[in-house]
Amino acid sequence: MSADVGAMAAAEAGESRGTGIRNALILVAVLLAIWQGLYWTFGDIAIASPAATARYAIGLFGSERFWPHLIETSKAFVAGYALAVVLGLGIGFWLGFHRLSSEVLEPMVVAVYSLPKVTLYPILLLAFGLGISAKIAFGTLHGVIPIILFTIAAVRSVKPVLVKTGRVLQLSPAAMVRRILFPAALPEIFTGLRVGFSLTLIGVLLAEMFASQRGLGFLLMNGIGLHNVEQIMAITLLIVVFAASVSTVLLAIDRRLHRHA
Amino acid sequence: MKLVVLWRVLVVVAAIALLEVLCLAGAIDRITMPPPHEIARDLWRMLVSGRMNGAIRKTLTNASIAFASAAIAGVAFAALLHNHRQTRSTLDPLFATYYAVPVFAFYPLLIAVFGLGDLPQVLIGFMLGVVAVIVNTLNGLDRVPRVLAKTAAVNRLGRVRTAASITLPYAAPHILTGVKLAVAYSLIGVVGSEFIMSRGGIGYEISFAYNNFDNATMYPLIVLILALSIAVNAFLTRWEQRLRVRRGQR
Repeated sequence: MSADVGAMAAAEAGESRGTGIRNALILVAVLLAIWQGLYWTFGDIAIASPAATARYAIGLFGSERFWPHLIETSKAFVAGYALAVVLGLGIGFWLGFHRLSSEVLEPMVVAVYSLPKVTLYPILLLAFGLGISAKIAFGTLHGVIPIILFTIAAVRSVKPVLVKTGRVLQLSPAAMVRRILFPAALPEIFTGLRVGFSLTLIGVLLAEMFASQRGLGFLLMNGIGLHNVEQIMAITLLIVVFAASVSTVLLAIDRRLHRHA
Repeated sequence: MKLVVLWRVLVVVAAIALLEVLCLAGAIDRITMPPPHEIARDLWRMLVSGRMNGAIRKTLTNASIAFASAAIAGVAFAALLHNHRQTRSTLDPLFATYYAVPVFAFYPLLIAVFGLGDLPQVLIGFMLGVVAVIVNTLNGLDRVPRVLAKTAAVNRLGRVRTAASITLPYAAPHILTGVKLAVAYSLIGVVGSEFIMSRGGIGYEISFAYNNFDNATMYPLIVLILALSIAVNAFLTRWEQRLRVRRGQR
């Protein structure tokens, strides 16, 4: 039994890449099997088969109609994420440095994290108007929070001796951030950037699902109106595959950074 | 400590006062946002008149069902999974990437399959919450000291009784962390899906009011749902802290 625990600890400490990939493959196979099983049970009217969905998804890339939507979502996402990173790092470093500000504001940021932020979207629509800027703002609103929180934690966890060394060398605040704090806090900050990536994507898609005429989120909702299950499932599949694969890559980088730290 | 709380109140009050001034001065026009005092007044009138009671009841009921099923299914599944290491390690990639995938993207599919009733909204709330419960319960079960497992074995407790009277209670603070997330997530899931497309509930009323330029209904509802989730989260956070302090002192 103690060997068991040892093996488990070893598995957790450094799960070999082979097992990770094998697990992921088994998982994908099982999910596909469940999907196919559901298709056999419920039939064509309710859902599309994996093969038909994949065919439809590939077909989308060949159609003129699809590209403007993909580009719209990508633009909103890239802009939203860029804003979230800049704001998140800025606010995170400020709060990480300044004890009182962070004690006052951090719990508020945490509270915002667990709010149903969808309800704020109409306010953004009224403020920015229908269009891409409201989507960008909503994506940023989602993505910026984890980046702030992880950056605060990252800055605080930097060893005091490093900061003192910087003071002795009389570094300016900017140089202090660039040469000492940022490299030392990088692994933790990266975790924030990783979570922020996913949440920004969620924010942008949510925004598109409500009162939008363009983008992947719009295509999803449009599929309901058209009773086009294949379109709904193909877009869902594309989003899930994109989100899951990017997050897997980011997670791998994240773990490597944490191991080196 | 007291000073921090004072500052926090001050920041909130200052923010509201700033909005009030901007609204009254006309920097924020009335079509965008009514001044905060009017929102408060409208919220009060709305609650007194009771015209939103149906929507509030519907949302809270659906969120509660989503939350309860996520909590029960999550804890039960995690307790089962904890004994099956192979299955667990196969599911690891799923748990690791689960919250990176926009669960709301499944909502149109759920509507297409189940129709526009309550079920798709409850399912989204459930799907958002359940994995947080599973992951945190597993995390708690991993920390149960081996001596407790041995004690259970010595007393010849069966698997179910060991889980019910020893391992799950020991893991309670971690489970509570998951449960706390599940409360927030199920509310987010239900309100969010109501907001996107539905036939009733607070989220639906907000989007209905938005479409009709009815700021006198929309803003009070937004404030109501935000206040509600802040209150619930604050209560659970306090409870969690108390539980942790008790464990720490033992």
